[in-house]
Amino acid sequence: MKATVYVTLKNGIADPQGLAVRNALDSMGFDGVKRVRIGKIIEIELEDGCPDGSKVEEMCRSLLANTVMEDFTFEMSGEKR
Amino acid sequence: MVFPGSNCDLDAYQAILESGEEASYVWHMEKSLEGFDAVILPGGFSYGDYLRCGAIARFSPIMASVRKMAENGRPVLGICNGFQILTEAGLLPGVLLRNRDLKFICKNVYLRVESTMSPFTKALESGSVLKIPIAHGDGNYFVDGETLRSLEENGQVIFRYCSADGEVSPQFNPNGSISNIAGVSNARGNVLGMMPHPERVCEEITGGTDGLLLFKSMISFLKGGMAGELVNS
Repeated sequence: MKATVYVTLKNGIADPQGLAVRNALDSMGFDGVKRVRIGKIIEIELEDGCPDGSKVEEMCRSLLANTVMEDFTFEMSGEKR
Repeated sequence: MVFPGSNCDLDAYQAILESGEEASYVWHMEKSLEGFDAVILPGGFSYGDYLRCGAIARFSPIMASVRKMAENGRPVLGICNGFQILTEAGLLPGVLLRNRDLKFICKNVYLRVESTMSPFTKALESGSVLKIPIAHGDGNYFVDGETLRSLEENGQVIFRYCSADGEVSPQFNPNGSISNIAGVSNARGNVLGMMPHPERVCEEITGGTDGLLLFKSMISFLKGGMAGELVNS
């Protein structure tokens, strides 16, 4: 079982990293890039029989995301490594 | 407090000795702060700042006692990484984002004392200017508009970045912090978080003594019988 967590900056929170990447793309000649926002993907491998989505939500709220500045979503999948 | 990755603990310790009081290091795995009048969370890179600055340190065993000290109205000071830990722990409002220009900034800045409701500024004059260094990559303070208004109304904005003669304007804002904020307190006033490092300027040999004023203010607050003196308690 695997949970994939996506942590992104909330709208309205400045993202200087994203801005720097946007400017780099621009200077490389990639036209038409309006905005770049940088976030995180966190992959969590779970033991079998521990597929509880509410636990993952709790992990996100308590540690993985700071909900003052970040939003999160996550997906659960059955694939094993 | 000493977390794995703290690196300003020795300076904070020395600052208290310079102020004429006693201090001890407390390792983050300890559970009790019994016998202590105040606590300092020093700067550094606790737990390597993995995930987010301060995000993991706030789950250290000692943090339950830090929270209790905060609730009991004891002075709690978070400097730099300590400030980040206190926001992550929810003991202070807001967050510290990456610096506006993405650079780690290490230099002296000027701070205007905006409020004297904190034990750390009680003995200072409102509007006075201090010269204290900053050294951080993630010191860009942010809160939403509504919270900012309530911070300002309650006098919880303790320090703002300013010019040498106390002018607060965007050109004196080193890191993009909202409203030039360099330090904020909780509603009660006893918990203070600040990005600048007062512990680094407590002796002339290190470039000044403005930082000492904060620690001396805290000590006189404690000696004056603290609880009744908190503005918002």
